[in-house]
Amino acid sequence: MTRKYHVAATVNGDEYEYLCEPQQTLLDALRDELMLTGTKEGCATGDCGACTVMVDGAMICACLMLAVEADGKKIETIEGMAQGEDLHPLQRNFLELNGLQCGICTPGILIAAKVLLDRNPDPTETEVRYWLAGNLCRCTGYDKIIRSVLAAAREMRGA
Amino acid sequence: MSTILDKSGFNPDRKLKIVGTSPVKHDGIDKVTGRAKFGADLFLPGMLVGKILRSPHPHANIRSIDATAAEALPGVKAVVTRADFPELPQGSAAGDMSRNAMAREKALYDGHPVAAVAATSESIAKQALKLIRIDYEVLPHVIDPVEAMKPDAPILHDHIRTKGVKDAADRKTNVVERLELKMGDVEAGFAQADAIVEHEYDTMPMHQGYIEPQGCVATCTEDGQVELWCCTQGPWVFRDRLTEILKIESSKIRVTQSELGGGFGGKTGFYAEPVAILLARKAKRPVKIVLTRGEVFRGTGPVSGTRSRIRMGVTRDGKFTAADAELIFQTGAFTGSMFFNAPQAMFTRYDLKNVKTVSHEVVSNRPKVNSFRAPCVPQVVFGVEGVVNELAQKIGMDPIDLRIRNAATEGYKTIYGETFGPIGFLETLIAAKNCEHYKSPVPKGQGRGVATGFWFNRGGETTGTLNIATDGSVTIILGTTDVAGSRISISMMAAEELGIPVDKVRAVMADTHALGWNRITAGSRTTYSSGMVIIDSARKAIAELCRRAALIWGVPEDGVVFEDGHCRPASSNVGEFPPLSIADIAGKTTLTLGAIAGHSEMNVTGAGPGFGVHIVDVEVDQDLGRVDIKRYTVVEDAGKAIHRLQVEGQYQGGAVQGIGWALNEEYVYGEDGRLQNPSFLDYRMPVASDVPMIDTEIVEVPNPRHPYGLRGVGEVPVTPTMAAIANAIGAVIGVRPRSLPMSPPKLLKLIEEARGAR
Repeated sequence: MTRKYHVAATVNGDEYEYLCEPQQTLLDALRDELMLTGTKEGCATGDCGACTVMVDGAMICACLMLAVEADGKKIETIEGMAQGEDLHPLQRNFLELNGLQCGICTPGILIAAKVLLDRNPDPTETEVRYWLAGNLCRCTGYDKIIRSVLAAAREMRGA
Repeated sequence: MSTILDKSGFNPDRKLKIVGTSPVKHDGIDKVTGRAKFGADLFLPGMLVGKILRSPHPHANIRSIDATAAEALPGVKAVVTRADFPELPQGSAAGDMSRNAMAREKALYDGHPVAAVAATSESIAKQALKLIRIDYEVLPHVIDPVEAMKPDAPILHDHIRTKGVKDAADRKTNVVERLELKMGDVEAGFAQADAIVEHEYDTMPMHQGYIEPQGCVATCTEDGQVELWCCTQGPWVFRDRLTEILKIESSKIRVTQSELGGGFGGKTGFYAEPVAILLARKAKRPVKIVLTRGEVFRGTGPVSGTRSRIRMGVTRDGKFTAADAELIFQTGAFTGSMFFNAPQAMFTRYDLKNVKTVSHEVVSNRPKVNSFRAPCVPQVVFGVEGVVNELAQKIGMDPIDLRIRNAATEGYKTIYGETFGPIGFLETLIAAKNCEHYKSPVPKGQGRGVATGFWFNRGGETTGTLNIATDGSVTIILGTTDVAGSRISISMMAAEELGIPVDKVRAVMADTHALGWNRITAGSRTTYSSGMVIIDSARKAIAELCRRAALIWGVPEDGVVFEDGHCRPASSNVGEFPPLSIADIAGKTTLTLGAIAGHSEMNVTGAGPGFGVHIVDVEVDQDLGRVDIKRYTVVEDAGKAIHRLQVEGQYQGGAVQGIGWALNEEYVYGEDGRLQNPSFLDYRMPVASDVPMIDTEIVEVPNPRHPYGLRGVGEVPVTPTMAAIANAIGAVIGVRPRSLPMSPPKLLKLIEEARGAR
């Protein structure tokens, strides 16, 4: 039996504790220990971005961070994106402009897009495309994803 | 009695309120908040983790399997090998399915499952896999299908004798089938031609590339009742096949579909599901198996690679005279490529009278292929549309004009026997010719390519139910899978029929206990077929609403009509009654005859063929061989776009999948027969910065067999893409590429050849 380690972390503002094996990733811990299944596994090698989360303000692939490393950290996932009944403008624009089809890549893309708009409220189409180049989507051809992000940016700027 | 299939009630003048708009899809909120439950997202109490051991050899006899050490490892609750699968005859459909899920006599590809374990944790399961001893006798292997056709090639299956060859010698072969399809007189047709173009083309297997790896959870009771949760494009087909290979009665297998994280055809067949069921049966606990991305690449999908020789002839004034083709399709280790679609579809859209095709399906030591959008058609359209473009150049005609000159129209009899009803190929070509993109000059240094595509579109066995709640709102139970937004489109059609806002309708995907049999979700059949069934259900519910209104008013049934969401007296002779809304009537159902619902099951016919034209501008870096897609336009006939944004999304997504197939995606095998690029790092799908916005133009030539005129839209958008891009690259470098993917090393070679020729 592999020895497990105790981890305490803040996830979407709530204090959580979990036990994990040393080789388990933050993605494993979020999904299998905390049952926060909104963060998706598409590859487990950092190539698809479906598990994109924020850790202490940094955007990372949860599959590339060990679960033990999250001790004492502040983690933000898709489950924390809406504020009460208010969807984030990105979530709303993705719905209204059909920025999603099957929806498996959507959580990771929304988190990544939120980080972009926090840092650059007025990105160009090219900037959005390069920022999201680490997030694979196989359904949409990206067109409506990019439009949704640009529309959310406009809305958030009050433009 | 006439049904909706005989008489759709299509009326081009009907004023539509909901159909043709783009409401927010009801399943969207769960997908933007992380609530939506996909294959890997179910957790059950006591659940174990299942892992699969896979063959590292492309071809090997399995002499013995010793799992005793794995079974003895603490935490291991079950081990499953070939011995746990009922023995089914080799070469039967069920025998192949069983052997693909778990190798029996032989491992036939790198990644072929050979054993599986269920344990209390993933780390224990992985440790247990390492303890399983398999004695392999490694055999010579063959990867390339053309090599596999040679007489001295290693043979995969002793039982295969080529189907479709008369008086064939009784010898072992890898050629599963030879299929000849023809009409007219090809040689006479070529004799009339003023110009003939003939080339060989290659395409490589690519993967469907869904971002959600297959995930499932199985439970099995002591008395043999199975519950299976999985991401699937066909719960009923999964169930029936599981019944066949596991010998469990269908009524004892309940398949519940999760949200589907992309399928594109790749989730029409099962992989780990029967293994999970057998592990759960042995362990008497729920077992979850989620494939890794590496397993998805090595063990699922991909799409057939092809070798084709294509020839077409044209007269000086631009009339096609004949076409012929020889096609080789690789199907992986087992038959089932659906290669027969290719000869039926490759030339279909042109008014050709003389056509001959000879197609071969060939097994080799690769994973068994699976469907992908317009299965097996884009691979051969890649060549056909290249030949058409060269013919246009030879006779000095605009490439769209040549296609307009030869476009099939209503009344054309296809090579597969169907005579076209009203179709929109000509309208689509004219729309493409007149679109802003095509009218604009080609920017300096770029090349423009055009290509067209066709897909039959499908119907098939479909079942559905529409229930009216006592407050007048409506729920729909669907037997098809929502792969990208069909729930909202079908809800819109129900709302249009019932005259209520679409927000009052909610649709769910049924499990296999909840509805009768449904064909798989494939071939662009879902919005069409489930839409038909739900419109039929709505019309039945409306008839029932009218009966109830008659009962409430105490008038004869034929004295009530349904208009705009209300029952009204048919005339003033019936009496003066204020209109009754659906809610008014539904609220009284306990006082009348109970709940109001409509239900329908039918084998849906009348799917309208779909046609598309793609236009692309590219830039080619002649030093690096890199292609940049600068502008892209998809023009396609939707018949009627029910949900416009969804239709555009299908066009855009298909085109970008095709861009990946055109420029980067391929399976790379080493000399050892092992897949060398089973990851998203090395198997390069398009990312957001690789592509521009994809412009779309929705053409609407109604399919009168459907109440709103719709045609399927999901397959056509990937059929012309690779051909259009190749034609555009050819316009830049002077040589039209004939081999996919058009990756930098291959293009550099072509560019050098072209320079040498100058």
